[in-house]
Amino acid sequence: MSVQTQFPTASAPLRSATGGPLLKMVARDVKVFYGAKQALKGIDLEIQENRVMALIGPSGCGKSTFLRCLNRMNDTIENCRVEGLIALDGEDVYGHAIDAVQLRARVGMVFQKPNPFPKSIYDNIAYGPRIHGIATHRDELDEIVQTSLERAGLWNEVKDRLREPGTGLSGGQQQRLCIARAIAVSPEVILMDEPCSALDPIATAHIEELIDELRENYTIVIVTHNMQQAARVSQKTAFFHLGEMVECDDTEEIFTNPRDERTQGYITGRYG
Amino acid sequence: MTDLVQQDVRTQETRAMSVTATKSRYQSAEFSDRLRRRYAAERRFRLAGMAAVGIASLMLVVLLGSIVGKGYTAFWQTQIRLEVTLDKTQVEEGNYMPVLRQALYAVVPEVTDRAGRRSLNELLSSGAPYQLEAMVKANPSIVGTKQTVWVLADDEVDQFMKGFIRRDVPESERRLNDIKIGALDKLAAAGAVKSAFNTTLFTAGDSREPEQAGIWGAIVGSFLTLVVTMLLSVPIGIAAAVYLEEFAPKNRWTDLIEVNINNLAAVPSIIFGLLGLAVFLGFFGMPRSAPLVGGLVMALMTLPVIIIASRVALKAVPPSIREAALGVGASPLQTVAHHVLPLAMPGILTGTIIGMARALGETAPLLMIGMVAFIVDIPHGLTDSATALPVQIYMWADSPERAFTERTSAAILVLLAFLILMNGLAVFLRKKFERRW
Ligand SMILES: Nc1ncnc2c1ncn2[C@@H]1O[C@H](COP(=O)(O)OP(=O)(O)O)[C@@H](O)[C@H]1O
Ligand SMILES: [Mg+2]
Repeated sequence: MSVQTQFPTASAPLRSATGGPLLKMVARDVKVFYGAKQALKGIDLEIQENRVMALIGPSGCGKSTFLRCLNRMNDTIENCRVEGLIALDGEDVYGHAIDAVQLRARVGMVFQKPNPFPKSIYDNIAYGPRIHGIATHRDELDEIVQTSLERAGLWNEVKDRLREPGTGLSGGQQQRLCIARAIAVSPEVILMDEPCSALDPIATAHIEELIDELRENYTIVIVTHNMQQAARVSQKTAFFHLGEMVECDDTEEIFTNPRDERTQGYITGRYG
Repeated sequence: MTDLVQQDVRTQETRAMSVTATKSRYQSAEFSDRLRRRYAAERRFRLAGMAAVGIASLMLVVLLGSIVGKGYTAFWQTQIRLEVTLDKTQVEEGNYMPVLRQALYAVVPEVTDRAGRRSLNELLSSGAPYQLEAMVKANPSIVGTKQTVWVLADDEVDQFMKGFIRRDVPESERRLNDIKIGALDKLAAAGAVKSAFNTTLFTAGDSREPEQAGIWGAIVGSFLTLVVTMLLSVPIGIAAAVYLEEFAPKNRWTDLIEVNINNLAAVPSIIFGLLGLAVFLGFFGMPRSAPLVGGLVMALMTLPVIIIASRVALKAVPPSIREAALGVGASPLQTVAHHVLPLAMPGILTGTIIGMARALGETAPLLMIGMVAFIVDIPHGLTDSATALPVQIYMWADSPERAFTERTSAAILVLLAFLILMNGLAVFLRKKFERRW
């Protein structure tokens, strides 16, 4: 794949013009092409630190594409081309200062379908810390595994069977395992692409609670199709439509008082 | 109470009526007819499938049956017991054959003429004196004493004892004349003829004499060849597959390479033999008949098979596993080495073993590079002259002696046993490491 950056040494502001909380990630005029097909048509978005940002919009509007730009997951897709600026803490993630592997350690990801490694629960969590050399001793690793599982609200359910395969857990448990796996490498940002779409309501409630707790320590970007979920877990919501970011505001504003009629149409269920 | 029940019955009736009233198309006679025809088609298909499997099984049984039927006798070999006097001077001069012959003449003292004695001589294998020599070497104290020894009979004697040479045929058309048969009858009556397990078959190299010929040389040759094949084709094949599947950009060049690999897998094996002849022997001047060259040629032939099987196995690993690994910050190489390759390993091993089994059974390319020679010695190194098991079968199948016919079948059985073993291993590995995600 070829990544074209228009500003190889560009950087972005750490705060928005109006002040407010720190900007963890900033996207400026992000365009993404799959071959000749343009999936994103210039996205500008600011993601605040220790907030949950929800991305909503009809299927195929480019939410996943945008999310995958934030940790350069799109690098793995053949003939995917990204233009524009994406900054983490003011530094261009496609620039020379940040390496893709390093970036993905700082910006973790939870996928739509739970995808634990076909290894033990313990190894699922320990894998990241091991390859990054975060833990050198066995007991350090044990501790990381325990705290990650605790944070993901899974510890009590699996503490007696850490050696059993992670693929043997239920769907909701698997997804929390994947969240624990993401947390274990101590990322700064966690990206979640429809993390609950494959889960039942109880498991979904679990994960939503978890997201709310995680906000204290992490910046979270979540893609969801569920309006209530977006309303419940996020502070900011961005509405995507046909490759454009139509509107981004406080979640309450978006849901009570949308400015664009497309947003209004979508959240009231007229299309989507 | 009764009211209620009656009412209930009535509602059921009305419900049934309303169903018949709006009888759906799925309950029509036409539809049930169609359904019947669908089932009939399914039954026909099943029958055809069962017949196909039946025919295939029958052919397999016939094939195996004929090989086993022809070959099982080769696992036994006739031996003759003789009372030899190990005369000191004869032993010192290495004249073991006369010692054996004297003992044999003593059994049938009535045969005294030259022609008769020559017939008697032919009862013993030309390898018999070496057996005696080995005995003396192992235990020199028996020199000068009388000993009872079992020695190899000639292959025609063996065939006669197994009933393949019939005594009711006129003497002129029989491979064994009356003198020989008379002597054998006398020996048999004295309990001096026995059929013992044919260890020679599994310990000796090739020989002009069937009773002294074995497949061990060919097995060692095959083994050395396969070792070279495996050491070359497995690492190169897997590395190529991983690169093409996981790292290479998908463009015209990789498409071209892919097409060519698929083509190579379909190239007749003899072409690889010709290539080996031209390149390894002609250009690089490597030794003829050497397992090294055989292994190189087989490696070329097996490479595409391994690459294709490995790519299929790698493709079958779900992309979500790759995303998961990349998502926690694993490098592409770590992703492949820690997650993708282990998951693909059972498939890769299966493909590799099947490729190896194919190489083990391959004859044509070895003919081209001279591994078809008559080689008596067991090869000890990669550059020693050697032959391979299927080539040995090919050569024995060409020999006119009846005893080689049964040995051919026996060697085929041994080769089949190895192939079944390898394919069984492939199935076992696949079952053992099969994973669901
Ligand atoms: N790997 C890909 N190759 C080509 N087109 C893609 C690929 N992934 C997504 N797209 C296209 O990009 C657009 C946005 O997709 P996506 O980001 O997955 O939408 P969303 O997540 O909002 O449903 C869609 O039109 C989709 O068809
Ligand atoms: Mg999506």
